[in-house]
Amino acid sequence: MTAFLQQVISGIATGCIYASLALALVLIYRAMDLANFAQGEMATFSTFISYSLIEYWHIDFWPAFVITIVLSFALGIGIQRLVIRPFEGRPVLTLLIVTLGLFTMFNGITGQIWGYVFKTYRGGFPSEPVIFGGLYINVQDIGVLGVVLVMLLLLYLFFSRTKAGLAMRAASLYPDSSRLLGVRVGWMLALGWGLASAVGAVSGMLVAPIIFLDPNMMQSILLFAFAAAVLGGIESPLGAVVGGITIGVLMALVGTYIPGGQDLRLAFGLIVIVAVLLVRPAGLFGRAAVRRV
Amino acid sequence: MALLELTEVVAAYGQITALHGVSLKVDAGGVVALLGANGAGKTTTLRAISGTVQKTGKVMFDGHDISKRAPEQIAKLGIAHVPEGRGTLGQLTVWENLQMGAYIRRDKAGIKADFDRVCGYFAWIPSRRTQVAATLSGGEQQMLAIGRALMMRPRLLLLDEPSLGLAPIVVQEIFRIVRAINEQDKVTILVVEQNANIALQAAGQAYVLEVGRVAVSGNSAELQKDEAVRRSYLGY
Repeated sequence: MTAFLQQVISGIATGCIYASLALALVLIYRAMDLANFAQGEMATFSTFISYSLIEYWHIDFWPAFVITIVLSFALGIGIQRLVIRPFEGRPVLTLLIVTLGLFTMFNGITGQIWGYVFKTYRGGFPSEPVIFGGLYINVQDIGVLGVVLVMLLLLYLFFSRTKAGLAMRAASLYPDSSRLLGVRVGWMLALGWGLASAVGAVSGMLVAPIIFLDPNMMQSILLFAFAAAVLGGIESPLGAVVGGITIGVLMALVGTYIPGGQDLRLAFGLIVIVAVLLVRPAGLFGRAAVRRV
Repeated sequence: MALLELTEVVAAYGQITALHGVSLKVDAGGVVALLGANGAGKTTTLRAISGTVQKTGKVMFDGHDISKRAPEQIAKLGIAHVPEGRGTLGQLTVWENLQMGAYIRRDKAGIKADFDRVCGYFAWIPSRRTQVAATLSGGEQQMLAIGRALMMRPRLLLLDEPSLGLAPIVVQEIFRIVRAINEQDKVTILVVEQNANIALQAAGQAYVLEVGRVAVSGNSAELQKDEAVRRSYLGY
């Protein structure tokens, strides 16, 4: 039983990482019905920026964390304005290809600047266990869970309590009506990209201390993040977090209790995506569109 | 003085020209009806004003040339367009719809006052602030759309077929409120209608469009009396 619970706890910790990247995916999906395949590579790029701030500029982790979030926000806005906007009104498939292009571009740029040698990344939380009821819990994992929950809360408050958040929701659901009300819909999309990029940066900075920092570090995480987002209902930030943690726990159990499970984890991630899309396309927290009949 | 003036406006959807040179004037403080059959270009005329269709020609609003401006800039100048289909923000609540109406404004006190005013016109709104707008009835959605437009504190209100799909008694109520908005709030109104009878009762001036051109225009009362106009263009 202890071994089982231990796996669940480690699954929750990894799940939080998936959840944070899934949150970023959800933000862009909500803004423009688009799956951003470059989200992971953008997050990696941001994480390398924080690495440079810490290692070469000798800034402490948490200030570097904040600076990186701000820079990533600006980066996201820049990408939307320069790369995505010219394709406004084109089919989603065109935009998907553009995000694939961004994926390779960011991967290449990151590799060019920082190289492909694995780097140790010192995060903001000590990696030491506390023992609680016979279970080992890593302080770092608690920290990751905390950061993800705070992020979720902030996003919730932003979308439900602020004028900009409301306008973003209106602009993504009803662009034509929103324009008539004076909303600059294009900038709302850019804001969505900025937020997603900032959230992705947090995700990268959370995962890098756990694995090593390298240009390809987010690629397998991106798949699990997609699984998490789809499971949660692709449009729901809460769903992304619940989905992420569910996937994390599921993968930890698969890895432990199914022979050869460690190697099958990516496959299981895909199975989750396919199964959810088949059985319940709206996911756990997706709302079926409300309408009067 | 004309608050709004269109001069030789030509508008097209891709290859299909919908307006072949429409010129019209809306005086400040007036209610003007824009009538005509399906496909005559009524909706397109409103779109040309609010900047949501490709066009050539000149649109002047309160001394500004708005022909080349984007919809969101035109909205900021004080034109509220309640589009065909009401433009309801269906997944948002009634309250959020009204908040979005006030999106361009910063004056908290004025917004609050306008909210109270909207609730004065539509007494059902306060108790149903948290209802999702898509679950309102058609008449309520039309009223919410007008309320949302009022939250912009507009100088000119463009209404696209407010009577569409509504019961006669609801239509009467909506036009009563439209007149009140014009008289009490001094909002100039340009209303598109298929229901010529009720629109002419509410309006001082009217324009009748036919295949993208102004066919007849004049004083509403006179148009109503004119047998030939009634039979050829208004269909009643």
